[in-house]
Amino acid sequence: MGSIYALAALGFNIIYNATGIINFAQGEFVMLGAMLMAYFAAVLKLPLLLAFIVVVLLVACVGLILERGCIHPLKNPSILVLVMITIAASILLKGVTMFIAGKEVHGMEYFSGENTVVDMGGAKVPTQTFWILGVLGVVVCGLVIFFNLTLAGKAMRACAFDRTAASLMGIPTKRMVMFSFFLSAAIGGMAGAVIVPISMADYQSGAMFGIKGFGAAVFGGLGNNFGAVSAGLILGILEALTAGYLSSHYKDALPLAVLLLVLFVKPSGLFGSEAAGRLKKF
Amino acid sequence: MLRIQNIRSFYGNLLVLKNLSLHINEGEIVTLIGANGSGKSTLLKSIMGLLPPRQGLIVFQDKDITHLRTEKIVRLGIALVPEGRHIFAPLSVQDNLLLGSYSRYSFRNKSEVMADFDRIFDLFPHLVKKRKQLAGTLSGGEQQMLAIGRALMSRPRILLLDEPSMGLAPIIVEDIFAKITKLRSEEKTTILLVEQNAEMALDISDRGYVLETGKIVFQGPREDLLENAEIKRAYLGK
Repeated sequence: MGSIYALAALGFNIIYNATGIINFAQGEFVMLGAMLMAYFAAVLKLPLLLAFIVVVLLVACVGLILERGCIHPLKNPSILVLVMITIAASILLKGVTMFIAGKEVHGMEYFSGENTVVDMGGAKVPTQTFWILGVLGVVVCGLVIFFNLTLAGKAMRACAFDRTAASLMGIPTKRMVMFSFFLSAAIGGMAGAVIVPISMADYQSGAMFGIKGFGAAVFGGLGNNFGAVSAGLILGILEALTAGYLSSHYKDALPLAVLLLVLFVKPSGLFGSEAAGRLKKF
Repeated sequence: MLRIQNIRSFYGNLLVLKNLSLHINEGEIVTLIGANGSGKSTLLKSIMGLLPPRQGLIVFQDKDITHLRTEKIVRLGIALVPEGRHIFAPLSVQDNLLLGSYSRYSFRNKSEVMADFDRIFDLFPHLVKKRKQLAGTLSGGEQQMLAIGRALMSRPRILLLDEPSMGLAPIIVEDIFAKITKLRSEEKTTILLVEQNAEMALDISDRGYVLETGKIVFQGPREDLLENAEIKRAYLGK
């Protein structure tokens, strides 16, 4: 579960870095990924890999359309307006999904077969867990390579750091914003597609993914990807511990309570400091 | 080469540039002097498309660039070294330079871009040792050199420099001005220099303009500016 929050948090960060806004539709990307995956893999019975690729591309396109249709046409929008737009987009996505897919909960079997588990020192770990960790690992490695070794990735970091200077280099900053939506929607879609066998999904599960992912992003220091991954995993573990030792009724509440506490004590997040905020590096 | 005709630029409703006109010929070094708030930086922003003028015309090599987007203007061969340098602090020196070549970088001319690295390092040998360092860790003078080098990576035909001497020790300023002269003589780069440090800037220039509250109040060859009593008093401290 923590990996999913980490992935959602990465999505928040990428858009935050490129535009300075919080995309409240990020959770909806995860939900869409989950719903589409359940549809393609369980209903249409497409091969897993093909279904996964199609889902990720579709969700990425939704992100792209959102940016092209709602963000791009505005000339000099204020941050508040942009945030409102993403909230509206999230409600819209929810509504459309409900209209098309209905209100039922959708799920599918694990990627490695129905309810398969691996015995690890007495603990039964669902095989899907490894798929989720694997996807997180691949995404993190991919992002590290992209942001540190490719010109486009460096250009995106330059945009995040200083937009005016980036445009003076001839970097098309608006296209970078578009790409950031594409990328974070794709990551959201991936998260949804791997989580659906475990948590199932309906049209309104996006909110929970969104809130927890946002929590992880803030917890780890907004804009800091290393922080996002660590904080996502920590939140996931806290949640599991709460469910195990206290009661599963509190499993959603405790991590958020901890989040609040962290924000009261250290508002810049666990790994975000003023200096690190300026010198942010993946 | 660059011709600005009667532009009017606004910040919100505030009129900053009031029917401003000037021109720069190929191969010239032109200095623009003026007090704080006279509109110098606004003019550069208007040229670069960061703050397009509401009226008037900006023509570069017979092409109307008044309303082009910044990245297009860079591609045509105008580069700005912004006031306060604006280097990418979290990226390495080398990556800063690489991003400077963004507008013309492609697989095909990769070797050309690599050769330009050497050109920049020849011009600013200081930077060679620091190429792997994060740009934010450089000293002020080195950051200014990096900012100029980064702008040169786009191979501009005309380079706009906004207050390159700001906050630097006199000896470093001299060095940077020497490099600017060298750029013109060796690379045939046309230069528009915006400076508070009027005397030094005029010393290396061919012509100068004086800007006051958004209007050009005086223009002429270097000697005329250096000898004008009014300018001497107001800008040269004599």
